Amino acid sequence: MTLALAVDISLTLLVLAVAGWIIAVRDTFAAMIGFVAYGLLLALVWVRLAAPDVALTEAAIGGGLTGALLIGAAARLRGTEAAARAEYPGALTRTLAAVLAVTVAAALAIGVLALPDPTPTLAPAAAANLATTGVGNPVTAVLLAFRAMDTLLEAIVVLLALLGVWSLAPDRAWGGCPGPRRLVDPDGVLAWLARLLPPIGIVVGLYIFWIGADLPGGKFQGATILAAMWLLVIWAGLADTPPISRTWLRVLLVAGPLVFIVIGFAGSITAGAVLAYPEGHAKPLIVAIEIALMPTLVLTLALLVAGAPQRIPPQ
Amino acid sequence: MSLVLDIFTIVAVSAGAFFFLAGTVGLLRFPDTLTRLHALTKADNLGLGLVVMGLLPQAEWPFDSIKLIAIWLFALLAGATVGQLMARAARREQTTP
Repeated sequence: MTLALAVDISLTLLVLAVAGWIIAVRDTFAAMIGFVAYGLLLALVWVRLAAPDVALTEAAIGGGLTGALLIGAAARLRGTEAAARAEYPGALTRTLAAVLAVTVAAALAIGVLALPDPTPTLAPAAAANLATTGVGNPVTAVLLAFRAMDTLLEAIVVLLALLGVWSLAPDRAWGGCPGPRRLVDPDGVLAWLARLLPPIGIVVGLYIFWIGADLPGGKFQGATILAAMWLLVIWAGLADTPPISRTWLRVLLVAGPLVFIVIGFAGSITAGAVLAYPEGHAKPLIVAIEIALMPTLVLTLALLVAGAPQRIPPQ
Repeated sequence: MSLVLDIFTIVAVSAGAFFFLAGTVGLLRFPDTLTRLHALTKADNLGLGLVVMGLLPQAEWPFDSIKLIAIWLFALLAGATVGQLMARAARREQTTP
């Protein structure tokens, strides 16, 4: 048994153990912490599978952003935890839930194991046509050229999720600032970190965004880092969330998907199909879409974590 | 020369792994939040520092080495800050139960 295989086996066992622990543990908050660790371990698994693009996304979105959202939800639910535990489901409900979960897992496992060998793949076709897009990273080519429709819908779905969060606002707070105003010691550790880290984080975030054209990286991963820097500054009390009635905010939120849709429909005139790029112009158009999507994603992801508007809007 | 560097790598990374192990034992065995934080941050600072130092001769100069050192510095920064924040939260909870 080689050393690499031993590492892979221990990693797999660790992922399974953490997953089991998340399900078994009673405390919601502990389960959420476990979920973040699970996301980071899963990122390592993707690295071992030679999929660094997926690993970066899993670490940034799966572990980081989703983890922050779930921890926020767990903190809100703390008060109701005891009441929820009191109406713990009976043995029958739990057995049925277990049977359902095992059936789904078994069906998925059979589906994966029953795939013909070699697994049907479009990877050679994507690699062969990579040159027509002008980008060097095949994952970016798939996301923004070959399967651009998926990415467009993804960008719109994230925006819809933000609208869903905003719609939880009480009537009097509509148009106001999301989340509570953070009052933190301006000379404390958190404020110090919020002054030190963002300059570095912004450079790293923009680098990951820009390098995505040729190497692993991209807008979602870069946007998550930028959103995290903004949230850090907000949570340290150095800045405040903008009122959601601000025009610039709404323009930037819509700009990304809108540019994507405009370029997509322009393709039906210039290149003969929706979301097709005219020959020779693919790279600049892809970069234009990425640059337009970037501010939208940063704002959307950060405001998703910031939560529903809670304060009376400024007059 | 490369043999000496390889031995250095093995010794330094093993020493780093030992500190991580010691930190984990401390996390599991120490009685309260503050001492457990103490054990954890020591593992981060010293353990990761030794692992990074051991990997430096194997990394490509300059960018891979600089990235490794940057990772260690970020872990130091994050560990020190989060350690402070958690210790304060723990003390607040102690004084106002």
